[in-house]
Amino acid sequence: MATIQPIAGELEPPHPDVALVERVRGGDVSAYDELVRKYERQLFRIAQHITQNREDAEDVMQDAFLKAYEKLEQFQGNSKFYTWLVRIAVNESLMRLRKRRTGRMVSLDEDVETEEGSVPRDLADWDPDPEQNYSQTELGEILRKTIQGLPPGFRVVFTLRDVDGLSTEETAETLGLSVPAVKSRLLRARLQLRERLSRYFKRRKASTSSGGSK
Amino acid sequence: MTCTEFLAMLDDLIDDAVTPQLRAELQEHLHGCDHCEVTLSTTRKTIQIYRSHELYDMPSGLRERLHAAIMARCKKGC
Repeated sequence: MATIQPIAGELEPPHPDVALVERVRGGDVSAYDELVRKYERQLFRIAQHITQNREDAEDVMQDAFLKAYEKLEQFQGNSKFYTWLVRIAVNESLMRLRKRRTGRMVSLDEDVETEEGSVPRDLADWDPDPEQNYSQTELGEILRKTIQGLPPGFRVVFTLRDVDGLSTEETAETLGLSVPAVKSRLLRARLQLRERLSRYFKRRKASTSSGGSK
Repeated sequence: MTCTEFLAMLDDLIDDAVTPQLRAELQEHLHGCDHCEVTLSTTRKTIQIYRSHELYDMPSGLRERLHAAIMARCKKGC
């Protein structure tokens, strides 16, 4: 009856990155440039989401690519190059975050006890095309501000899983979390974002409302 | 099916990771529950909006700096 296909155990053709990594190992630096170009945007985005700081994100991206280059011998083909790379970038990002928040523990496990958003409260439907009510700049502000309000562990799970399109298993492997932990964070991240975006995107009624918005 | 049970399966429904039988049960709940219908549609929209908008543009020159750093590292022995 079940239609969910098992992912593991099937023989898959080698990922194209494997050939690039082999070329780099053979001394071809241009192959590494290809890998950088392929993943620089995603890595920068992840670093921004975790550190919330542009300078830190730039440093993280540079350090992560350099570190990956130096440690390439340690990369084993049993995981994707990208997930291996992201793991380095996540660790670098957390280190930066710790430096900025001296004296405070920073890990992907922090702040996960929050119940906010676990039960939807704002159940007003949204405009059919809520983005149309805002300029690109305004929309970017809203989306950044909204996701910044989430705990780092939620932001990064949402980004890897929903924006980058990694599978739940890859996200778990990348972050060193269990699959149930990723699932739990993803659900709460999605619901919290939805709840917060509702403030901006819900259908505007012509009648008076108690909210008193401008 | 209660709303709490529906919510527990929300991610699997969005990610299309449910059996046909469970999907039918979830659909049945949706037909009679506006709240869950709204939660599902707006959560889907949330994901779609974040997926389709790049929030952080890479600073110009970063790629060049990175390339230079890698080349410098390589000269030390790669």
